[in-house]
Amino acid sequence: MAARIITVTSGKGGVGKTTTTANLAVALAMANQKVVCLDADIGLRNLDVVLGLENRIVYDVVDVVEGRCRVRQAMIRDKRLPELYLIPAAQTRDKSAVSPSDMIRLCEELSSEVDFILIDSPAGIERGFKNALAAADTVLVVTNPEVSAVRDADRIIGLVEAEEKGPAKLILNRMNFGMVKRGDMLAPEDILDLLAIELIGIVPEDEHVLISTNRGMPVALDPTSRAGIAFHNISRRLQGETVPFMDMDEKSSFFSKLGKLFGPGGN
Amino acid sequence: MVDRVSNGIQIKGTRDGLMVTLDEKIAWETLKESLLAQMSERAAFFQGAKVVLEIGNRVITGEQLGKLKDDLAAIGISFWAVLSQSAATEESAQTLGLATRIHTRPVERTGSKSLDSYLEGEQAIFLRKTLRSGFKVASHGHIVILGDVNPGAEIIAGGSIIVWGRLRGIAHAGAEGNEDAVVCALDLSPTQLRIADYVSISPQRKGKTQPEVAYIENQQVVAEPWVIKEH
Ligand SMILES: Nc1ncnc2c1ncn2[C@@H]1O[C@H](COP(=O)(O)OP(=O)(O)O)[C@@H](O)[C@H]1O
Ligand SMILES: [Mg+2]
Repeated sequence: MAARIITVTSGKGGVGKTTTTANLAVALAMANQKVVCLDADIGLRNLDVVLGLENRIVYDVVDVVEGRCRVRQAMIRDKRLPELYLIPAAQTRDKSAVSPSDMIRLCEELSSEVDFILIDSPAGIERGFKNALAAADTVLVVTNPEVSAVRDADRIIGLVEAEEKGPAKLILNRMNFGMVKRGDMLAPEDILDLLAIELIGIVPEDEHVLISTNRGMPVALDPTSRAGIAFHNISRRLQGETVPFMDMDEKSSFFSKLGKLFGPGGN
Repeated sequence: MVDRVSNGIQIKGTRDGLMVTLDEKIAWETLKESLLAQMSERAAFFQGAKVVLEIGNRVITGEQLGKLKDDLAAIGISFWAVLSQSAATEESAQTLGLATRIHTRPVERTGSKSLDSYLEGEQAIFLRKTLRSGFKVASHGHIVILGDVNPGAEIIAGGSIIVWGRLRGIAHAGAEGNEDAVVCALDLSPTQLRIADYVSISPQRKGKTQPEVAYIENQQVVAEPWVIKEH
């Protein structure tokens, strides 16, 4: 069976790509999927830190593509979830150390071994973006409910289309429905109206994300936290389940609208 | 198809370019002058055209053809082929590098000639897609988009702009100075709208959106709802 290859990207930096990659990997692994995360942010690696695997790095992705080790040797196994692996980015090299065809070859090699390959992207639209996209069969674009992040997401969605990897799916991260209600934050329907792509998840603003990130324990390990639930829902949607969009405490007409759009359940 | 006859000159649009048929009874010099006059009069329309000359039995020298070729080139028209029943004329054409055979001879149209009902139209480019932030479309002609134009996207047209969708990016019509250009959209809410040298920023609109058209009136850009006028 060939693996699903999912690239997590964004236009603007700092919107939550690494957080999303780590948590989706954890959620998928908790659902008994065999998952390998690939950090394509060469030179600025941090997926290893968020996953709490930093101290176990021996080889990285550049060692693999340059033939200094076998793929297996660079796959760090997560002790908490035996079906979760990480291939870290190189810290001391730059993006030109890896090419799009290196990424395709690497993913091809991994493809028969795992169910999901999750690729974390660097910020920007240059070489690193092309590397991260090269092997993808699904692209998830992460954005925050801010005008500038949405504008950049629109640009990236267009570039993903231009690379013939579209249509991308959207993750709205750091949503605060209290603020939306007060008119202080862009509402999901306004963002979707502009971006016009399928929404695959809304992750609330949740301080547990930061706390858990600092501890190297992705929030999805705790499936009762609000952000954790959101990531588990995205993971289930990626596995083909229809999961209603959750109600973020605030009663919002948006969810009843989405309920109509995305099947039964609602609320 | 363009199809017109005047002063012994018939001009037809064909797949091989403009087929120009000259009346054999009129003197070459007269025909040449009126052909050049007709074409330079509507230079913008004929710009870049390829001409095939149908001469009939008349004998034309290489010098005469060469002169015509240069004069046409000067107004941006390329003269590439000569069709003639005269071997001498064919030979003069060949020495100038002009073709003397074309693949598809125009079919003689029988029945009614649509002399007074043709509309020549103008060039436009058509795009069926949503223009996202950072993408730009530019053309000397008109631009028609079937899709949205998002904030951060840009359309620049020498002519008019039509958006069958929401226009929320930047639109510049008549970018080469044409003040008759218009911009219309199903939802006309551009970040910035320009027609020729006039700039306008879209006012915040309340209520229901409706198709609108923007144009220049009294030295400023105005927008009004698109209504079908009763004739
Ligand atoms: N849903 C969330 N709630 C609160 N903080 C978040 C959330 N998602 C991300 N963050 C924080 O935002 C910062 C940037 O996230 P990160 O995943 O590193 O972004 P990127 O990889 O896109 O640069 C981190 O400090 C992270 O903890
Ligand atoms: Mg990151």
